[in-house]
Amino acid sequence: MTARPIAVVGASAAGLAAAETLRRSGWRGPLTLIGAEPHLPYDRPPLSKQLLHGAWEPEKLRLRTEEQLAPLDLDLRLGTRATGLDVATRTLTLDGAESLACAGVVIATGVAARTLPGTDRLTGVHTLRTLDDALALRGRLTKGGTPAGEGVAGGGGTRRLVIVGNGVLGCEAAAVARELGHEVTVVGIEGTPMAAAVGTDVGTLLAEEHRDRGVRLLTGTVEGFDTTDPGDGRGPQVTAVRLAPGSTSASGGAAGGTRLPADTVLVAIGSRPAVDWLTDPALDTTDGLRCDAYCAAAPGVYAAGDVARWDHPAHGRPLRFEHRMNATEQGMAAARNLLAELAADGPTGTGDGTPAPERRPFAPVPYFWSDQYDLKIQAYGLTAGADRVETPVRDRAGRRILALYGREGRAVGVLAAGLPPRQIRALRAVVADPLPWEEARERIAAATAAG
Amino acid sequence: MKITLDADKCCAAGQCVLIAPEVFDQRDEDGVVVLLDAAPPAAQHDAVREAAAICPAAVIEVHA
Repeated sequence: MTARPIAVVGASAAGLAAAETLRRSGWRGPLTLIGAEPHLPYDRPPLSKQLLHGAWEPEKLRLRTEEQLAPLDLDLRLGTRATGLDVATRTLTLDGAESLACAGVVIATGVAARTLPGTDRLTGVHTLRTLDDALALRGRLTKGGTPAGEGVAGGGGTRRLVIVGNGVLGCEAAAVARELGHEVTVVGIEGTPMAAAVGTDVGTLLAEEHRDRGVRLLTGTVEGFDTTDPGDGRGPQVTAVRLAPGSTSASGGAAGGTRLPADTVLVAIGSRPAVDWLTDPALDTTDGLRCDAYCAAAPGVYAAGDVARWDHPAHGRPLRFEHRMNATEQGMAAARNLLAELAADGPTGTGDGTPAPERRPFAPVPYFWSDQYDLKIQAYGLTAGADRVETPVRDRAGRRILALYGREGRAVGVLAAGLPPRQIRALRAVVADPLPWEEARERIAAATAAG
Repeated sequence: MKITLDADKCCAAGQCVLIAPEVFDQRDEDGVVVLLDAAPPAAQHDAVREAAAICPAAVIEVHA
């Protein structure tokens, strides 16, 4: 009988971390890594920053070279989608109806960009999630710089960019586009940029950074798009974004008309977990794939990265993060726990007689960063969903900020920009576990007093 | 063990310093990683491998 593989579905940071950890932790059986995109695993955070800017080329985003992947002895299926999973038999269905009966499965399919209806066939309307997305958008933003093989409008280059969505991604792209010299308008439902992620205090400071550099910030919702058909066979090209009545500029006044002329539109309105293919009723796919504290969605089926919603032991509720750091850490944790479960269940590909390790709850200190202009924002713990935010440091001129986030009487997150690295690292310990609010405040003060 | 860095990619997360403080540090001005010991002793190897695996910008490369 041929040994069953462990299959990792999703070949980005989380999937790669899972595959490498499976090997490092002793899985010697077959290992299949399935990626929907045609590319070798690459890094996503630079897509909205260095890659979009043109400072880096795609090779720099590659997480591993072919030589580095070779020792993993992967059955690597790029450009391949998983289309189904039978949980009871751990059998995956792949593109082309191939069935793959597995010893275990790690699901790391991530998220897909949300889109606006009616934009599929509009030239000039983009999302930014994949390398191909980023290259297409860059082709429009880089004057005369049409990437080889990309069928995008080149020539004079675009000048007016409208970004729909004022979350982290929209703000990062706005900063890059301003630096490239484009007119940039950001339209968001939230009155303050990034407010959903970091609250209004920090969001207000970021709004000032963007306004200082000439980004126009509007609050509103998109009603539709104006288009023209250049008659070159490429179909309609976007010419403007129409806002719903009642939209305003973020500084309070009327938006001055509800039609925003645009050569290019970036739709950055969040994402949907890629769970549509998981239709087995044994799985809960409400807002991601629901997992227990061990990242298990079902026996032998684990999940990691943006797609996974798991019970964080320190926070006592299911959480899902679209953070780069979490992708790696959870990929490693899910792989270790899957192997521990398989070892406990009987002979496995590890087969070297070592005692089975214990499964361990996955309890990371979440971390994210965002680069906008020369400002680096770093956060530990939970900054979204806070019921209390305090900013012990808010120095507009020095571009320094420190914010503490609380929930139900405890401090759960901290964010900093413009502080020395040593202080920022010290802040991590303050929110590693939720502390009573006052105690956390004292520890924050102590951590930032020195240096 | 020999360590090389692609410091240009560093996002200043500082995880490497938390995991292997005798091998990695951060520049004060921008938090970019600094290599303190390019060929650390065996006692550090596991921590260095962990730091390389965790690094969210894939900056650290470990050569046998």
